[in-house]
Amino acid sequence: MYELIVVGGGPAGLAAACAAWDAGLRSILIVERDRELGGILNQCIHNGFGLTWFKEELTGPEYAHRFVELLSRTGVEVRTDTMVLDVTADLSVHMTGPETGYRVERAKSVILAMGCRERTRGAIGIPGTRPAGVYTAGAAQRYVNIEGWLPGKRVVILGSGDIGLIMARRMTLEGAKVLACVEVMPYSGGLTRNIVQCLEDFGIPLYLSHTVTQIRGRDRVSEVVVSRVDENRRPIPGTEMVFSCDTLLLSVGLIPENELSERAGVTIDPRTKGPAVYENMETSVPGIFSCGNVTHVHDLVDFVSAESRRAGEAAANFVLKGPAAGEAVELLNGPGVSYTVPQRVRPGNVEKALNVFFRVNRIFGKSQIVVSRGDRELCRFKRDRLAPGEMESVTVPVKLLEGGPEPVAIAVKEAE
Amino acid sequence: MRELVCIVCPRGCHMKVDEDLNVTGNFCPRGAAYAKTELTHPTRVVTSTVRLTGGRYPRCPVKTAGPVPKERVADVMAEIARAEIAAPVRVGDTVLEDVCGTGVAVVATRELL
Repeated sequence: MYELIVVGGGPAGLAAACAAWDAGLRSILIVERDRELGGILNQCIHNGFGLTWFKEELTGPEYAHRFVELLSRTGVEVRTDTMVLDVTADLSVHMTGPETGYRVERAKSVILAMGCRERTRGAIGIPGTRPAGVYTAGAAQRYVNIEGWLPGKRVVILGSGDIGLIMARRMTLEGAKVLACVEVMPYSGGLTRNIVQCLEDFGIPLYLSHTVTQIRGRDRVSEVVVSRVDENRRPIPGTEMVFSCDTLLLSVGLIPENELSERAGVTIDPRTKGPAVYENMETSVPGIFSCGNVTHVHDLVDFVSAESRRAGEAAANFVLKGPAAGEAVELLNGPGVSYTVPQRVRPGNVEKALNVFFRVNRIFGKSQIVVSRGDRELCRFKRDRLAPGEMESVTVPVKLLEGGPEPVAIAVKEAE
Repeated sequence: MRELVCIVCPRGCHMKVDEDLNVTGNFCPRGAAYAKTELTHPTRVVTSTVRLTGGRYPRCPVKTAGPVPKERVADVMAEIARAEIAAPVRVGDTVLEDVCGTGVAVVATRELL
């Protein structure tokens, strides 16, 4: 029986395991399906990681390495090349790997840190033929950065998520011609700094309110058709542009990978597509915690590390001191907000203030984030600019959340 | 007056710089420093991979240990593309001591034993 089993050895699992060790747990197992720890960071060879967590600018592999070093100073056990097949509500973890075969390990607590996966062509249903040359941006990133293959020479990128933008720069630097980045929304889904340093630096045009309406080619992509879309995201006939290319990269969103969470009976929030969590990252199943991109898709690994440390500490508290108690207050989306994490708060379990992560549902200029309960405003925060591609957070003093179960709403009001 | 978005951190401050290089709209001093550099002699840290023999993977990720002039990025990429190293490699190992005469080293960013 382990005190804690962590499912996934990416940035979330690493930070959670280290924190649980620091908080006093001594029998911890990380189960990782890849051959090594670090998760997707290993293929994110660009820099810009760690500015808030380590106060220096690191590449993805360096950031992962820092955590692997920290972990090596603990007694945390690691099984790589091992796939978790099932997690049950009584905290049994079923796994299989070449060294151990099929095994069931029991635990006093479980942390879900499986991360997310990319949406594919099938998920968005692009019409046309089915030739080679259509990749998710992350798959192309692995080919280029780890395997050493350039997957194409003339490239169109659909979606302006951060991975797509990073790959626009990477493929350009490796000698490919990136013809366009096409985004169906009227705003980019990526960080503004990536628009600047990955597209504008290289003169790559960004077509907002456009999408790919057809893929052409028999064995290999030969052309893609790009059309402007109306405000309902429907293609407008007569606006077609044809790009002659051999590759289409898709950066059209990430989906938390929650098959295991669902099997464990964890309640999934349809807004985040991840487990609904309390203030300490505990899910609806006692003793099961969740952190990182399996909970909600982050823009920055630094926030994943911070959130995952909270999950690790909470799992240690659960094992050493017993379940967290207290009545929960629900956090609701007000106008302008598309989700909050956590979804539920037990004020008695928060020390001074609660950090609430959320995303807005459109671009806002100068605005106020208003936290309220019914008609009563609790507090407000000023922002100069808000964008759906950039996760926001506010720190709410816990005193304001006390006083009964009435839900608390977070809303955005744009200045007139 | 020029407007630019800071790329130093994910905050992405929208900054304004006047003719005398006075910067406004930056949240921190790093933004002002970036804006001045960007308008006088822009630089970038370059990240890429080099050929690796004897390791688990055929490529090892690398970066320039500091910023290099933006107009030299293509030259730096070309010299990195010609480099080849052998495993074992540790984070921070020097791959090229002085890339393209910039005075900046290229170092490994991943441990590959």
